[in-house]
Amino acid sequence: MADYETIIGLEVHVELKTNSKIFCPSTTEFGAGPNTHVCPVCLGLPGTLPVLNKKVLAYAIKAALALNCQIAEYSKFDRKNYYYPDLPKNYQISQYDLPIAEHGHLDIEVDGREKRIGITRLHMEEDAGKLVHQGNITTSPYSLVDYNRTGVPLIEIVSEPDMRSPEEARAYLDKLKAIIAYTGVSDCKMEEGSLRCDANISVRPRGTKEFGTKSEIKNMNSFRALQRALAYEVERQIAVLEDGGRIVQETRTWDEARGETRSMRSKEEAHDYRYFPEPDLVPLVIDRQWVEEIRATLPELPDQRRQRYMRLYDLPSYDAAVLTSSLEMAEYYEACVAMYPNAKAVSNWMMGDLSRLLNAANMDITACRVRPDNLTGMLKLIDQGTISGKIAKTVFEEMFNTGKDAAQVVKEKGLVQISDAGAITAVIDQVLAGNPKVVEDYRAGKDKALGFLVGQVMKTTRGKANPELVNKLLREKLQA
Amino acid sequence: MITIRDVEHVALLARLELNEEEKKTYARQLNAILEYAGMLNELDTADVPPTAHVLPLQNVFREDRVGAHMPPEEVLANAPEREDRYFKVPKIM
Repeated sequence: MADYETIIGLEVHVELKTNSKIFCPSTTEFGAGPNTHVCPVCLGLPGTLPVLNKKVLAYAIKAALALNCQIAEYSKFDRKNYYYPDLPKNYQISQYDLPIAEHGHLDIEVDGREKRIGITRLHMEEDAGKLVHQGNITTSPYSLVDYNRTGVPLIEIVSEPDMRSPEEARAYLDKLKAIIAYTGVSDCKMEEGSLRCDANISVRPRGTKEFGTKSEIKNMNSFRALQRALAYEVERQIAVLEDGGRIVQETRTWDEARGETRSMRSKEEAHDYRYFPEPDLVPLVIDRQWVEEIRATLPELPDQRRQRYMRLYDLPSYDAAVLTSSLEMAEYYEACVAMYPNAKAVSNWMMGDLSRLLNAANMDITACRVRPDNLTGMLKLIDQGTISGKIAKTVFEEMFNTGKDAAQVVKEKGLVQISDAGAITAVIDQVLAGNPKVVEDYRAGKDKALGFLVGQVMKTTRGKANPELVNKLLREKLQA
Repeated sequence: MITIRDVEHVALLARLELNEEEKKTYARQLNAILEYAGMLNELDTADVPPTAHVLPLQNVFREDRVGAHMPPEEVLANAPEREDRYFKVPKIM
C-alpha cells in the first residue's frame, strides 16, 4: 500500500455569549419553550430590519485578536441563500468576501512537537433554528421547527488545511476552545452546542503537491467524535483509492453509534448560495483605536499562562500545558497555590488523581466536589505527617465522592498515620518473626528483601504506618 | 442569456414547481429584465470605486439589550401547519 498523507482543515462555529441576538433584541437564553424567544426580526417577517448588536462586533474582534488575526478596515455582511426551514428568511446573514478578520494562527503541540496552524478567516453570522423530530429522524414523517436559536450570534473560524492527522486536528480544536474560552466571549461547550466543528479532509500519496479530493464531515459532537470520525475517514478514503476508486467531493455525516461516516448526498444540486451584499445592513468601518482598546482587554492567554507557570512554579512544560488547557483548570490551580506553597505537589495531584477521577466520572472541574481548599487541606495533612501520601489517595477518592473535607474523612475512616515508634516497632517485630527466610536474604545482601518487609508492615497497619519511619526502624532492627 | 436550464435550476433552488409553459414564460421574462438592467453596462464606471451599499451610512449598531418577544400565538399565527408550539414542515434530512 502506498504511503498517504492526510490533509485536514477545520471550520469551527462558536456561539457568542451576548444577552441579545445578533440583529434583534430577542434573548439568547437557552432552554425556553419552543418559539418563545423570537421577535419579528429573527422570524424574518416582512418589513423588519436587522441592526447589528455592537457587542457581537466587539466580541468577534476580541476573539480574532486572541487568534492573532488582522482586523479588517472595512467589512460587510452578505446574504447566503439557501432553502431550509431552520432559516425563516431562506437566507442566512453571514460574511462572504470581506470578513471581519483574516490571517491568524495558533500553535499546537503533538508528541512534543510544536506546530503553527494558520487561520484563514473569522467572520460573524447568525445561527439557525433547531429542527426537532418526533421519534426517529428516518421514520418521522415531518419535522418541527423551533426558532429560538435563530439569530444567536456566531463566529465561524476557518483554518488553513494545515493539519496532517486527526491528533493534530484534535489539538487545534482543544487550543482554539481554550483561547476563546479564556477571552470570555463564549462558553465553548461542545456538548451544549456553543462550539461546533466541521472538517474538510483529504488524503494524497506522500510527496505529491496537489491536494486530493476532500470530503466535508459534519455532526461531530465531541472532541472524541472529531478524532474518531477523522480517523475513520482517512481509512475510508485510502481504501477507496487503493481499490482504484475515486473520492467524490461530498458532505458526510458522522454516525457516532455506528462509528462511521455516511454520505449526505441527495438529489439536490450542488450548493449554490448566490451570495450578495446584505442590503439591510450598512458596512462596517473599523476604528483602529477601538481595536486597540479591545486588545488592551485581552486576558493572559493559554500560551502566556503556560510560560508563567513554568517560570513561576518551576513546572515542566507538559504539566504547565495541561493545567492551562482550560481556564477553569488554571483558576483551580491558582486558587490552590495561593493557599499552599508547594506548587509542584498541587500540580501532581491535579494531573494525577484529580484528572483521573474527573475523566472516569466524565465531570468538569467546575462540578468537582473537591474544592481548592479541600485539596490543599489534604496536602497539609500529608506535610504534617497526619496521613501518608499513600493513604492520601484513599482519602482523596473519598473526598471526591462525598465532598467531605480531608480531616473529616481521616477521622471518620480512622486513617490517621501511625507515627508512634513503639507501635510500629511492635508490628515490625511481628513481621520479622513471621518471615525468617526474608530476613536471612536481606542479611545475605539482597536489598530487595527490605522492600518486601516494608510492604508487610504497611499491609499489617492497613497502610497507616508512616513509611519513612517504617524504613528507618526496620533498617535499625535488621542491622542490630 | 437565460436558458430553460437556468430557469429549472433557479426554480429548484427556490422550491418552485413549474410546468413547461411557465418555464418558457419565465425564461422570456427574466431575459427581458436582464436586458433592461443591462443598460447599466453602457455607463463608464472606470473611475467609480466598487461599493456594497447605496446608503452613505456606516457603523449602525444597537446596544446588547433584551427586548420584548412575540406572544407564541402570534408567532404561529401564519404557520401553514403547526404542532403544539412548533412550526410543522415537510421532513428534512
